[in-house]
Amino acid sequence: MTTVYDAGAACNDTAAKPARDVLKQRGQHEVFCGLTSIMWLHRKMQDAFFLIVGSRTCAHLMQSAAGVMIFAEPRFATAIIDERDLAGMADMNDELDKVVARLLARRPEIKLLVLVGSCPSEVIKLDLPRAASRLNGEHSPDCRVMAYSGSGIETTFTQGEDNFLAALVPDMPAEAADAPASLVVVGALGDVVEDQMMRVLDGLGVGPVRFLPSRSSTSLPPVGPNTRFILAQPWVGACAQALERRGAQRISAPFPLGEEGSTAWYRAIADTFGVPEAKFDAITAPGRERARRAVSRYRPVLEEKSVFLFPDSQLEPSLARFLSREMGTSIVEIGTPYLNRDVVGPELALMPDTVRVSEGQDVERQIDRVHTDNPDLIICGMGLGNPFEAEGRSTKWSIEFVFTPLQGYEQAGDLAELIARPLMRRELLKVGS
Amino acid sequence: MELTVWTYEGPPHVGAIRIANSMRDVHFVLHAPQGDTYADLLFTMIERNKKRPPVTYTTFQARDLSGDTAEIFKTAARDAVARFKPQALLVGASCTAELIQDDPGGLAKTLGLDVPVVPLEMPSYQKKENWGAAETFYRLVRAFAGGAGKPDVAPEQASCNILGPSSLGFRNRDDIVEVVRLVEALGVRINTIAPLGASPADLARIPQANFNIVLYPEVADNAARWLKRQFGQEMIAIPPIGVGATRDFVTAVAEAAGVDVPAELFATGAERLSWYSASIDSNYLTGKRVFVFGDATHAVAAARIASEELGFKVCGLGTYSREFARDVREAAAKYGVEPLISDNHLDVEDAIIAAQPELVLGTQMERHAAKRLRLPCAVISSPVHVQDFPARYSPQMGFEGANVIFDSWVHPLMMGLEEHLLQMFRGDFEFNDDAGSSHLSHGGPAAHQPDAQAEEEAVAPEAEAAPVPAANDDQPSWTSDAERELRKIPFFVRGKARRNTESYAAENGLNPITIETLYDAKAHFGR
Repeated sequence: MTTVYDAGAACNDTAAKPARDVLKQRGQHEVFCGLTSIMWLHRKMQDAFFLIVGSRTCAHLMQSAAGVMIFAEPRFATAIIDERDLAGMADMNDELDKVVARLLARRPEIKLLVLVGSCPSEVIKLDLPRAASRLNGEHSPDCRVMAYSGSGIETTFTQGEDNFLAALVPDMPAEAADAPASLVVVGALGDVVEDQMMRVLDGLGVGPVRFLPSRSSTSLPPVGPNTRFILAQPWVGACAQALERRGAQRISAPFPLGEEGSTAWYRAIADTFGVPEAKFDAITAPGRERARRAVSRYRPVLEEKSVFLFPDSQLEPSLARFLSREMGTSIVEIGTPYLNRDVVGPELALMPDTVRVSEGQDVERQIDRVHTDNPDLIICGMGLGNPFEAEGRSTKWSIEFVFTPLQGYEQAGDLAELIARPLMRRELLKVGS
Repeated sequence: MELTVWTYEGPPHVGAIRIANSMRDVHFVLHAPQGDTYADLLFTMIERNKKRPPVTYTTFQARDLSGDTAEIFKTAARDAVARFKPQALLVGASCTAELIQDDPGGLAKTLGLDVPVVPLEMPSYQKKENWGAAETFYRLVRAFAGGAGKPDVAPEQASCNILGPSSLGFRNRDDIVEVVRLVEALGVRINTIAPLGASPADLARIPQANFNIVLYPEVADNAARWLKRQFGQEMIAIPPIGVGATRDFVTAVAEAAGVDVPAELFATGAERLSWYSASIDSNYLTGKRVFVFGDATHAVAAARIASEELGFKVCGLGTYSREFARDVREAAAKYGVEPLISDNHLDVEDAIIAAQPELVLGTQMERHAAKRLRLPCAVISSPVHVQDFPARYSPQMGFEGANVIFDSWVHPLMMGLEEHLLQMFRGDFEFNDDAGSSHLSHGGPAAHQPDAQAEEEAVAPEAEAAPVPAANDDQPSWTSDAERELRKIPFFVRGKARRNTESYAAENGLNPITIETLYDAKAHFGR
């Protein structure tokens, strides 16, 4: 299979630094598709329902990846395409209309129905945006209908959220031309993290502050030329571009993981909103101190250990930066499914040039590299974890970084603990491999 | 197009992966988009396998569709053979690849690989996981056993193959141990066990045995029927689940092998279910209503155990396995219930509500439904969950399997005396409607499920199966005294009491329902 060293991959923000080589290999990708992001999106936006238009495989993926059926009536489902639809014996649009009518009759509290495209629906070119606009005519204003694609042929894992948010942007209300500068924080966060961020930003005198995705579909933040936005998650690049098309201005920063990342993130906001240095220090000092103290407890576990990150959520460059700079960990490889240089440039700029960065995947050869490099800890997906553990290696499932509140000062210690735990466990266990 | 939240079975290619993962020295190249690799975690997470399943996914992307996805498949197949050096290569397509019609079988043929290639056709929009597993096993058996002629010389010792146990099968890991023990106790030689643990070379030896034991028809029925036609191998398809079925199984195996059953095999103290069922404590099991749902093999077996070995009353029986619906229909007729053949878990939940069981024997799906309805439940069948691969030895088959079944079905129920005390002192602040059985450590259902509160609120009216009285003239209404009296009945039988009283009132034209009506109905229906 092909290997390309992409020397032109240096990010814009690090023009002063030499170009960074990025390893690109084409082979088996061991990653989730974008549908998986429905797992947290359907809990985040509580009046939305996600209807995947796909196959039995999609439905099976959702229940397998969901840790098996946690919620009795989740706010997602699959409209399974069958043979009759494909053979043209049934009109697929009529069938979809029937499924939607049944669903909305059962769940009248739903305010936003999201049709989610899948691999099969994309391959047969079922036009879901068009179906959404037809259904919208029928069901709005009681329930709005929209569409995006979470298909595996187009999206990897968290990119599903990006497509969803990008599809929401045109529906965001226009901010008044004379509105004061406002801030939108982009990317799904735990509610507790949002609340903490609100308190810090309040203290800095930054506001109004809004979040995308909002907790309800009817409270989308307004957007316009006076809107500044900052990404809270690295996977929302397409949404960022959509916001820019609406005139909003992006604030570029590292991501708020760890004390350093959180401070840099808040500082970028503070600088944009002209917050005086003294005020910034006064407001962030207690959080910074707590974060440093919480993180330091786990530093002895991770210091001078080597870590290999497999591609998963696109959080990998940020995690590597945190581990390398705040925990004294050495990074062997940063694998990422997709390297968005605009977005993670500030992260990579903080890393030594010697760190190997790989984009995309040939999982077999990546596993070979693990065997060669013999890292102390492997951050990887659920399909790979137990086989590595059975070889006597320590692993951390990467999906937890997406499902756990880790951003900001108060969670910096949790983040360190989460990564240190497999190594601490290995110390504790007197049995096993 | 069908609206689905949860599914009992995955797509057929997942069935194929289960067979590949069961075997040794087989590799499967699956033409599939990225994302379909989620199937790996079924094995590495749920079954806690120490190795990744032997599958290479081509993981094509949208940009490949305009180019050459066939070339991607060919590269993946070549690389997989070079890297894993299997004895056999399975090739097939997942649902998306089926649509782009690259024909993995045809492509593999052009590669001139130095291993036998077994192409699979997996119609994803038509068939499901168990079908895919059965088809894959059949294709492999045909490919490797097909060349062998029927052995001329009868072996000195009767021998058999055990067909059907597979990766992700419900308790198959431990069932094999029990079944091997039984068969060997008869002096019958086991020629091959497949697919679990078998290599393609082992499949080639299948025709050398006298007969085949089909443990799980869902996986092995097709292959065993073909072997019978091809080699005249008898098939014994009595899954030895429960005491009676185990005895029948042993008798059938002995007969096929032409041997006598050693007396001690049926007389050992290893089987305790019979005595435990007969002991006085088990009086409280008698006549309890059970609802049974699962794959056909486990559902039919469970209904027999429930009825003949525990003295339960089967009040519902169903399966999601349409391929074996006939077996379930026959069994349902025996127990006088309407068979439920459905793969829609909401229909199953409705059927549970209507049947008013006191115990649910089902899959993980019914475990969730039962939790919401506050009914005790034991899991008897796939689809599997990480909890269905317990660390301890816990077969379902053979005499030890019967012991395990007795424990795991009786454990969720209230103990006899506890049930009585609840009826006597209903207002106890610890023993009440909101507290679960005292021997179940987690207290109430809400304790270990964050969403339970909301769910219960949402389904509470359904759980009591109480149609709104005022809305319908045919439905009698309840006086407040009668309502209060009804509340004194413990929650786990209250739904049945309500339903019985209402149907009694409706039949007798009584409206409103008074305390008298409640007790008249009780007298009418008995327990």
